[in-house]
Amino acid sequence: MSDAKKFMYINRKAPYGTIYAWESLEVVLIGAAFEQDVSVTFMDDGVYQLTKGQDTTGIGMKNFSPTYSALGDFEVTKIYVEKESLEERGLSLDDLQHLVWEDEDEDYAEKDSIRLVSRAELADVLAGQDVLFNF
Amino acid sequence: MKLTIQVNEGPYQHQSADTAYHFAKAALEKGHEIFRIFFYHDGVNNGTRLTTPPQDDRNIVRRWSELAEAHNIDMVLCVAAAQRRGIVDDGEAERNGKDATNIAPGFRISGLGQLVEGGIESDRLIVFGD
Repeated sequence: MSDAKKFMYINRKAPYGTIYAWESLEVVLIGAAFEQDVSVTFMDDGVYQLTKGQDTTGIGMKNFSPTYSALGDFEVTKIYVEKESLEERGLSLDDLQHLVWEDEDEDYAEKDSIRLVSRAELADVLAGQDVLFNF
Repeated sequence: MKLTIQVNEGPYQHQSADTAYHFAKAALEKGHEIFRIFFYHDGVNNGTRLTTPPQDDRNIVRRWSELAEAHNIDMVLCVAAAQRRGIVDDGEAERNGKDATNIAPGFRISGLGQLVEGGIESDRLIVFGD
Protein backbone atom coordinates (compact mmCIF):
# COMPACT_ATOMS: atom_id res chain seq x y z
CA MET A 1 0.00 0.00 0.00
CA SER A 2 1.76 3.10 -1.26
CA ASP A 3 -0.02 5.61 0.98
CA ALA A 4 0.67 3.66 4.17
CA LYS A 5 1.80 5.80 7.07
CA LYS A 6 4.65 4.98 9.41
CA PHE A 7 3.01 4.21 12.75
CA MET A 8 5.14 3.96 15.89
CA TYR A 9 3.79 2.76 19.22
CA ILE A 10 6.05 3.82 22.10
CA ASN A 11 5.83 1.85 25.34
CA ARG A 12 7.41 3.52 28.35
CA LYS A 13 5.81 1.99 31.42
CA ALA A 14 6.23 -1.26 33.37
CA PRO A 15 3.64 -3.95 32.57
CA TYR A 16 1.42 -4.39 35.65
CA GLY A 17 1.64 -1.26 37.83
CA THR A 18 -0.68 0.51 35.41
CA ILE A 19 -2.83 -0.66 32.51
CA TYR A 20 -0.98 1.34 29.85
CA ALA A 21 1.15 -1.60 28.65
CA TRP A 22 -1.80 -3.93 28.13
CA GLU A 23 -4.08 -1.34 26.55
CA SER A 24 -1.20 -0.27 24.29
CA LEU A 25 -0.78 -3.85 23.11
CA GLU A 26 -4.50 -3.91 22.31
CA VAL A 27 -4.07 -0.88 20.04
CA VAL A 28 -1.09 -2.47 18.29
CA LEU A 29 -3.04 -5.68 17.62
CA ILE A 30 -6.14 -3.83 16.35
CA GLY A 31 -4.02 -1.39 14.36
CA ALA A 32 -2.26 -4.26 12.58
CA ALA A 33 -5.44 -4.80 10.55
CA PHE A 34 -5.08 -1.36 8.95
CA GLU A 35 -2.07 -2.28 6.80
CA GLN A 36 0.13 0.59 7.89
CA ASP A 37 3.92 0.46 8.30
CA VAL A 38 3.98 -0.42 12.00
CA SER A 39 6.87 -0.28 14.47
CA VAL A 40 6.91 -0.63 18.24
CA THR A 41 9.37 0.84 20.71
CA PHE A 42 10.14 -0.23 24.27
CA MET A 43 12.04 2.32 26.34
CA ASP A 44 12.31 3.57 29.94
CA ASP A 45 10.42 1.14 32.24
CA GLY A 46 8.67 -0.12 29.10
CA VAL A 47 11.56 -2.54 28.56
CA TYR A 48 10.20 -4.58 31.49
CA GLN A 49 7.19 -5.45 29.31
CA LEU A 50 9.36 -7.78 27.24
CA THR A 51 11.17 -9.57 30.07
CA LYS A 52 10.86 -13.34 29.95
CA GLY A 53 9.61 -15.56 32.73
CA GLN A 54 6.92 -13.17 33.95
CA ASP A 55 4.78 -14.73 36.67
CA THR A 56 1.70 -12.83 37.84
CA THR A 57 0.16 -15.48 40.09
CA GLY A 58 1.10 -13.50 43.19
CA ILE A 59 -0.76 -10.37 42.08
CA GLY A 60 -3.88 -12.00 40.65
CA MET A 61 -3.54 -10.31 37.27
CA LYS A 62 -3.49 -11.82 33.80
CA ASN A 63 0.01 -12.47 32.47
CA PHE A 64 -0.24 -10.95 29.02
CA SER A 65 3.46 -11.25 28.17
CA PRO A 66 2.95 -14.32 25.90
CA THR A 67 0.97 -12.04 23.57
CA TYR A 68 4.15 -10.21 22.53
CA SER A 69 5.38 -13.37 20.81
CA ALA A 70 2.30 -13.20 18.55
CA LEU A 71 3.25 -9.78 17.17
CA GLY A 72 5.18 -11.41 14.32
CA ASP A 73 1.99 -13.18 13.18
CA PHE A 74 0.33 -9.76 13.05
CA GLU A 75 3.13 -8.60 10.74
CA VAL A 76 4.54 -6.37 13.44
CA THR A 77 8.19 -7.15 12.79
CA LYS A 78 10.07 -3.99 13.78
CA ILE A 79 10.48 -3.86 17.54
CA TYR A 80 12.95 -1.29 18.81
CA VAL A 81 14.44 -1.64 22.29
CA GLU A 82 16.48 1.24 23.68
CA LYS A 83 19.90 0.05 24.82
CA GLU A 84 20.38 2.64 27.54
CA SER A 85 17.00 1.82 29.09
CA LEU A 86 18.08 -1.82 29.42
CA GLU A 87 21.50 -0.92 30.85
CA GLU A 88 20.11 1.58 33.36
CA ARG A 89 17.97 -1.25 34.76
CA GLY A 90 20.72 -3.87 34.81
CA LEU A 91 19.07 -5.75 31.95
CA SER A 92 20.39 -7.12 28.67
CA LEU A 93 18.81 -8.66 25.58
CA ASP A 94 19.18 -12.08 27.25
CA ASP A 95 16.57 -11.02 29.82
CA LEU A 96 13.99 -10.36 27.11
CA GLN A 97 11.78 -12.74 25.18
CA HIS A 98 13.20 -13.86 21.85
CA LEU A 99 10.70 -12.34 19.44
CA VAL A 100 10.75 -13.51 15.84
CA TRP A 101 8.76 -13.24 12.63
CA GLU A 102 8.59 -15.46 9.58
CA ASP A 103 9.70 -13.92 6.28
CA GLU A 104 7.41 -15.42 3.65
CA ASP A 105 9.65 -14.00 0.90
CA GLU A 106 12.50 -16.19 2.14
CA ASP A 107 10.70 -19.50 2.61
CA TYR A 108 9.35 -18.45 6.01
CA ALA A 109 12.79 -18.02 7.50
CA GLU A 110 12.63 -16.96 11.15
CA LYS A 111 14.07 -13.52 11.73
CA ASP A 112 14.63 -11.51 14.88
CA SER A 113 12.06 -8.80 15.49
CA ILE A 114 13.98 -6.94 18.18
CA ARG A 115 16.35 -4.21 17.09
CA LEU A 116 18.60 -2.98 19.86
CA VAL A 117 19.21 0.73 19.29
CA SER A 118 20.99 3.49 21.18
CA ARG A 119 19.12 6.51 22.46
CA ALA A 120 20.57 8.60 19.63
CA GLU A 121 19.62 6.02 17.00
CA LEU A 122 16.12 5.77 18.42
CA ALA A 123 15.72 9.53 18.15
CA ASP A 124 16.40 9.23 14.42
CA VAL A 125 13.94 6.36 14.08
CA LEU A 126 11.23 8.37 15.86
CA ALA A 127 11.93 11.44 13.75
CA GLY A 128 11.25 9.39 10.62
CA GLN A 129 7.74 8.32 11.68
CA ASP A 130 4.41 9.83 10.61
CA VAL A 131 2.31 8.97 13.68
CA LEU A 132 3.59 8.47 17.24
CA PHE A 133 1.40 6.79 19.86
CA ASN A 134 2.86 7.28 23.31
CA PHE A 135 1.90 4.90 26.11
CA MET B 1 -4.68 21.29 9.58
CA LYS B 2 -6.76 18.20 10.32
CA LEU B 3 -6.19 16.89 13.86
CA THR B 4 -7.03 13.82 15.90
CA ILE B 5 -6.68 14.19 19.65
CA GLN B 6 -6.17 11.25 22.00
CA VAL B 7 -6.98 11.75 25.70
CA ASN B 8 -5.46 9.09 27.97
CA GLU B 9 -6.29 10.35 31.47
CA GLY B 10 -9.46 10.85 33.46
CA PRO B 11 -10.85 14.21 34.58
CA TYR B 12 -9.72 16.01 37.77
CA GLN B 13 -7.03 13.44 38.66
CA HIS B 14 -4.73 14.50 35.80
CA GLN B 15 -4.34 17.85 34.13
CA SER B 16 -4.11 16.23 30.70
CA ALA B 17 -7.92 16.14 30.40
CA ASP B 18 -7.89 19.94 30.88
CA THR B 19 -4.90 20.49 28.61
CA ALA B 20 -6.49 18.46 25.83
CA TYR B 21 -9.67 20.52 26.10
CA HIS B 22 -7.82 23.85 26.02
CA PHE B 23 -5.75 22.64 23.07
CA ALA B 24 -8.84 21.52 21.15
CA LYS B 25 -10.58 24.85 21.80
CA ALA B 26 -7.51 26.87 20.76
CA ALA B 27 -7.00 24.77 17.63
CA LEU B 28 -10.61 25.33 16.56
CA GLU B 29 -10.29 29.07 17.19
CA LYS B 30 -7.21 29.08 14.94
CA GLY B 31 -9.28 27.51 12.16
CA HIS B 32 -7.98 23.94 12.42
CA GLU B 33 -10.29 20.99 11.90
CA ILE B 34 -10.73 18.27 14.51
CA PHE B 35 -11.35 14.95 12.81
CA ARG B 36 -11.95 13.11 16.08
CA ILE B 37 -11.26 13.17 19.81
CA PHE B 38 -10.55 9.65 21.05
CA PHE B 39 -10.69 8.84 24.77
CA TYR B 40 -8.63 5.89 25.95
CA HIS B 41 -7.42 4.36 29.23
CA ASP B 42 -8.97 6.32 32.15
CA GLY B 43 -9.72 9.02 29.58
CA VAL B 44 -13.09 7.34 29.01
CA ASN B 45 -14.15 8.80 32.39
CA ASN B 46 -14.36 12.17 30.61
CA GLY B 47 -17.59 10.83 29.11
CA THR B 48 -19.84 10.06 32.09
CA ARG B 49 -22.77 12.42 32.56
CA LEU B 50 -23.05 11.37 36.23
CA THR B 51 -20.05 13.47 37.23
CA THR B 52 -20.93 16.12 39.81
CA PRO B 53 -18.03 18.45 40.56
CA PRO B 54 -18.40 21.20 43.19
CA GLN B 55 -20.23 24.26 41.83
CA ASP B 56 -17.16 26.50 42.02
CA ASP B 57 -15.08 24.10 39.91
CA ARG B 58 -15.02 23.53 36.15
CA ASN B 59 -17.36 20.86 34.81
CA ILE B 60 -15.00 18.93 32.56
CA VAL B 61 -17.58 16.55 31.12
CA ARG B 62 -20.13 19.24 30.32
CA ARG B 63 -17.35 21.32 28.78
CA TRP B 64 -16.56 18.49 26.34
CA SER B 65 -20.25 18.03 25.50
CA GLU B 66 -20.66 21.73 24.78
CA LEU B 67 -17.52 21.80 22.62
CA ALA B 68 -18.76 18.81 20.62
CA GLU B 69 -22.15 20.37 20.06
CA ALA B 70 -20.81 23.79 19.11
CA HIS B 71 -18.31 22.42 16.59
CA ASN B 72 -19.91 19.13 15.60
CA ILE B 73 -16.92 17.10 16.85
CA ASP B 74 -16.81 13.32 16.78
CA MET B 75 -15.93 12.25 20.35
CA VAL B 76 -15.31 8.54 20.77
CA LEU B 77 -14.84 6.47 23.92
CA CYS B 78 -12.90 3.23 23.40
CA VAL B 79 -15.32 0.34 23.93
CA ALA B 80 -12.86 -2.00 25.67
CA ALA B 81 -11.62 0.75 27.97
CA ALA B 82 -15.22 1.89 28.64
CA GLN B 83 -16.43 -1.61 29.48
CA ARG B 84 -13.63 -2.04 32.03
CA ARG B 85 -14.46 1.27 33.66
CA GLY B 86 -18.25 1.15 33.56
CA ILE B 87 -19.05 3.76 30.94
CA VAL B 88 -22.26 2.60 29.29
CA ASP B 89 -24.52 3.73 26.44
CA ASP B 90 -27.84 2.18 25.35
CA GLY B 91 -26.20 -0.37 23.05
CA GLU B 92 -23.64 -1.48 25.64
CA ALA B 93 -26.32 -1.70 28.36
CA GLU B 94 -28.37 -4.01 26.16
CA ARG B 95 -25.42 -6.13 25.00
CA ASN B 96 -23.96 -6.61 28.47
CA GLY B 97 -27.18 -6.70 30.49
CA LYS B 98 -26.54 -3.51 32.49
CA ASP B 99 -29.37 -1.74 34.30
CA ALA B 100 -28.26 1.82 33.55
CA THR B 101 -26.38 4.08 31.17
CA ASN B 102 -24.13 7.02 31.98
CA ILE B 103 -22.66 8.28 28.71
CA ALA B 104 -22.68 12.06 28.36
CA PRO B 105 -24.17 13.94 25.37
CA GLY B 106 -21.84 14.27 22.40
CA PHE B 107 -19.90 11.07 23.12
CA ARG B 108 -20.23 7.69 21.44
CA ILE B 109 -18.65 4.32 22.19
CA SER B 110 -16.71 2.56 19.46
CA GLY B 111 -13.61 0.49 18.77
CA LEU B 112 -9.88 1.14 18.74
CA GLY B 113 -9.99 1.15 14.97
CA GLN B 114 -11.41 4.66 15.29
CA LEU B 115 -8.15 5.76 16.90
CA VAL B 116 -6.02 4.14 14.21
CA GLU B 117 -8.24 5.67 11.53
CA GLY B 118 -7.70 9.04 13.18
CA GLY B 119 -3.95 8.55 12.81
CA ILE B 120 -4.36 7.66 9.15
CA GLU B 121 -6.84 10.39 8.18
CA SER B 122 -5.37 13.33 10.12
CA ASP B 123 -2.34 15.51 9.49
CA ARG B 124 -1.39 15.24 13.16
CA LEU B 125 -2.32 12.92 16.02
CA ILE B 126 -1.75 14.57 19.39
CA VAL B 127 -1.67 12.47 22.54
CA PHE B 128 -2.51 13.97 25.95
CA GLY B 129 -1.47 11.83 28.90
CA ASP B 130 1.20 11.23 31.48
